[in-house]
Amino acid sequence: MKDIGHIVADAQAAFEAAGDLAQLDRVKARFLGKTGVLTGLLKGLGRLPASERPQAGARINEVKEAVERLLEARRAAIQNEKLARQLAADSLDVTLPGRRRGRGSIHPVIRTWQRIEEIFGSVGFDVADGPEIESDWYNFTALNQPENHPARSMHDTFYVEGADSKGQPLLLRTHMSPMQVRYARMHMPPIKAIAPGRTYRVDSDATHSPMFHQVEGLWIDEDISFADLKGVYTDFLRRFFETDELRVRFRPSFFPFTEPSAEIDMKFAGGPLEGKWLEISGAGQVHPNVVRNFGLDPERYMGFAFGSGLERLTMLRYGITDLRLFYDGDLRFLRQFA
Amino acid sequence: MQIPESWLRSMVDPPASTAELAHLLTMSGLEIESCDPVAPHFTGVVTAKVLVVEKHPNADRLTVCRVDAGKELLTVVCGAPNVRAGMNVPLARPGARLPGKDGTPLEIKVATMRGVESQGMLCSAGELGLSQDRSGLLELSAEAPVGRDLRDWLALDDHVFTIKLTPNRADCLSVLGVAREVAALTGAKLRPPVTPHVPPKIGATHPVRITHAQGCGRFTGRVIRNVDAAAPTPDWMKQRLERAGQRSISALVDVTNYVMLELGRPLHVYDLDKLRGPITVRFGIRGEKVLLLNEREVEVDESVLCITDDSGVIGLAGIMGGNATKADSGTRNVFLEAAFFFPDAIAGRTRRWNFASDAAHRFERGVDFDNNIAGIERATALLLEICGGEPGPTVDQVERLPERKPVVMRVARARKVIGVPIPEPEMADAFARLALPCVKRGETLVVTPPSYRFDLEVEEDLIEEVARMHGFERIPANPPRAPARMHTRAEARLSLPALRERLAGSDYQEVINFSFVDAQWEADFGGEANPIRLLNPIASHLSVMRSTLIGSLVANLRYNLARKLPRIRVFEVGRVFLRDPGATDTPFSVAGLRQPMRVAAAAFGPAYEQQWGEPERDVDFYDMKGDLEAVLAPRRARFEAAAHPALHPGRSARVVLDGAAVGWVGELHPQWRLKYELPGPVTLFEMDVEPLSRIDVPRYQAVSRFPAVRRDIAVEVSADLPVQAILDGLMTRKAAIVDDIAVFDVYRGKGIGQGKKGLAFRVLLQDTQKTLTDAEVDAAMAGLREVLEKQYGAKLRQ
Repeated sequence: MKDIGHIVADAQAAFEAAGDLAQLDRVKARFLGKTGVLTGLLKGLGRLPASERPQAGARINEVKEAVERLLEARRAAIQNEKLARQLAADSLDVTLPGRRRGRGSIHPVIRTWQRIEEIFGSVGFDVADGPEIESDWYNFTALNQPENHPARSMHDTFYVEGADSKGQPLLLRTHMSPMQVRYARMHMPPIKAIAPGRTYRVDSDATHSPMFHQVEGLWIDEDISFADLKGVYTDFLRRFFETDELRVRFRPSFFPFTEPSAEIDMKFAGGPLEGKWLEISGAGQVHPNVVRNFGLDPERYMGFAFGSGLERLTMLRYGITDLRLFYDGDLRFLRQFA
Repeated sequence: MQIPESWLRSMVDPPASTAELAHLLTMSGLEIESCDPVAPHFTGVVTAKVLVVEKHPNADRLTVCRVDAGKELLTVVCGAPNVRAGMNVPLARPGARLPGKDGTPLEIKVATMRGVESQGMLCSAGELGLSQDRSGLLELSAEAPVGRDLRDWLALDDHVFTIKLTPNRADCLSVLGVAREVAALTGAKLRPPVTPHVPPKIGATHPVRITHAQGCGRFTGRVIRNVDAAAPTPDWMKQRLERAGQRSISALVDVTNYVMLELGRPLHVYDLDKLRGPITVRFGIRGEKVLLLNEREVEVDESVLCITDDSGVIGLAGIMGGNATKADSGTRNVFLEAAFFFPDAIAGRTRRWNFASDAAHRFERGVDFDNNIAGIERATALLLEICGGEPGPTVDQVERLPERKPVVMRVARARKVIGVPIPEPEMADAFARLALPCVKRGETLVVTPPSYRFDLEVEEDLIEEVARMHGFERIPANPPRAPARMHTRAEARLSLPALRERLAGSDYQEVINFSFVDAQWEADFGGEANPIRLLNPIASHLSVMRSTLIGSLVANLRYNLARKLPRIRVFEVGRVFLRDPGATDTPFSVAGLRQPMRVAAAAFGPAYEQQWGEPERDVDFYDMKGDLEAVLAPRRARFEAAAHPALHPGRSARVVLDGAAVGWVGELHPQWRLKYELPGPVTLFEMDVEPLSRIDVPRYQAVSRFPAVRRDIAVEVSADLPVQAILDGLMTRKAAIVDDIAVFDVYRGKGIGQGKKGLAFRVLLQDTQKTLTDAEVDAAMAGLREVLEKQYGAKLRQ
């Protein structure tokens, strides 16, 4: 029998030449169809001497299998090419922006407010809030500031029409300290709470807003000392500004509702405000008269209170230099806090 | 309060630098707000006398002066208009360095000016940086010796401390007071000014009567006759007064101010000849008036302590003297007053007239009631020295003085409050350094406060002194310690942070607006004609408390529109202020008022940020409602058509949650859009926060293992029939296997009759126990169709 090995090479060349499945089927017929070369060879086996038949048959089948494998390979290749073309045609410009709903953000002062709640919450401080139109008693008298007390002139108070149930004029709370009294009168020691909120004073210039925010903190138990105040507030500032490099100092001051009283200053170890002492809070041991107004016995309970301005903390944290930006509602400013 | 360092050091001079002294005071509670040199740095300037002034040969405006500089005579070219022979002036000699304009020193050299050599420069105050005055030479006093270093002669190497005193430390409202503090802190010796007794030369007195000893406890007076009121105040006194921030007025007034600053002893000087009869100190009578030294006429009443004579009120006790009896340059005979007025009788009184005075500032905080005589003696001595005159005897009338009760401090209590086991001897030493008389009694220290301390009444007052003297910086910072109890927010509450996060997630930007607004906003957006008014607003557009957040949000839209932002979406969380006669005093509330927390949002412009993948359209009612529903999820509110003053009457809904009205959603009324110049529709909602915060903890319900069936029904109904009504009807009459009914299409137009609308409902049917059969589903759907047809006149569509 003459050599039939060339059929494999012929088939390979013919299959490669086929561009699509229809062409491939037509070419296939030339080799494997009823009148195809290999079919013809198989049919011609009978004409060979019996001794040659097994060997020739094996050889033909070998070639036939090889051709079939080539055919399948080519078929798969054609299908893959088709899929690849399809996928290429379907491709997108992935650099176009995504379809979007948009996202707003939380006001920077509220961001600070929430971070403070989180930090103090982590050591068990509750959060309190209450009325902004406040009575004279809660805002002043209960806090050891009777009428005509010179410390009252430290606050320029907004008054609103109407009187409280004691006949005193109603006012807008000048600080968050009234919440000390309100909260403490509702709870038994240990009392641990912070009260962030809106406060008001008659003052309006580049560095004062008639409405601003403060957070008041209060911890009353049987043995909460000034040293505890130093520890808690120092730790708070370091967590708030996320740096242990922060220096904090306490210096004597005066508030009618605390004694000893302290003004708290802090100093950054780096950044644009490096090396400057910055006033950050007023604090102190709650005055026994105020503890009494909590409804508690100052002989048994003592502790500290502090009050800090949220705007100041926010400005220092984010490098904001103009207080008025907080209240303009300018989206170009507010969106920076997304 | 301003205190020159040199004046302070004249009474106590610790071995501490200016900066150290300032730090020490700040850390002891006397905050040094600023510490400023009285003169900038310069060198080589001496006192000199102008001997001869000649015209410059080559320049009309210049003169050539011969100047005596002490060791030498110099020729100096000068351009000052006030130069004249015989005057004493500052001379910057060659080599002198003057403060330059931008911080670089200006060196003076020998220079030829228009052909004449000038051996230095005669200086104005401005050129030396002492003031802004560059109009002419600084004229020195006639006594100035020539050739002295000017810094030395004018004591310019001095600083002024500006102290921010807290109201409890009235005892430090004087140089002596601060000096006492410095002595206590440093241990340096205190050298108070000497106040020798000036014996009377004449017998003259002036009668004084105190009728209200609860206001005026002590009145010390002295007559001095034949003073020269026109005598000039000596330079040294002027200088100290000016550096202490006190303008020199006349010798008589300057002396009283000087003694006040030096000893903390306010004095008043009357023109004796203008007094009409005896002085009576009494409370005022409503209607009485007095013209004060500050040219203001004030009316007094029964709460104001007054100095009076036969003519009526001649001054406000402890606050300010009157014009009618004031000492001026024509005064010959004076009457000096050194009184003690109780703080309660003075405090708060000046606020009603809106002025302040040094005397009131001191008396309302507490003035030493034991230095009246010392003050009078000191003033007499100074007056005699400056103005001459013959003093009468000092008449001291004491009616009632503040009590100084001993205050007991328990050593253990002090340690507990401060949190440091300070040894008892250190505590006793602290009091000793502060010159507070102290005795040990058992485990306590008992302190009797001196007459100048008004802030030591209770134990804590003493504990504070101990802590101050110990040094706040030495108190350790204890790390927070507390029982490790776990804390978390209740799961069944939508917290404020979560609420804010939902709105921010829906593309709203949080804003914070003032709680006081324009009254017109209240009328327009709240329908509130009588809002809660501020009695002392800072501006008329911030004069009423808001009862709605809407006006503020509209203002936010306007602000950003004016800055050309096309799309504005804002929200605010804040309280509103409502009258409520039924509200009582509780730990959370003030009687007569409700101050609920609200949340409101407003949107203007395109519903979505302009983008390639979405067609642009303006935000509408349903966007806002959808955003609100997302905030409320998983709870579902009901929305009822209702009118609100701010909203479009056909596009506004009351929001009802659990049967209670909790807010509003709608489109801003076109009339307000017009009035507030908003160029497109605005949608908004405003809700009470409290009801929003109540959410349920999820409760598991069995998920059916059997497939659900979906069927749709399309109907045509009257166009004005609210969908909610139909859904309500269907849900109440539905078969049990009907799980949910929702509208998935609303259409008008082709194929729909006039006055009608097409609605398509999607019905989900489900049985948790078995697979539904077609017959069961068909029966349930037939039931729904019947409700639609019979109850709502619906026509089925295919």
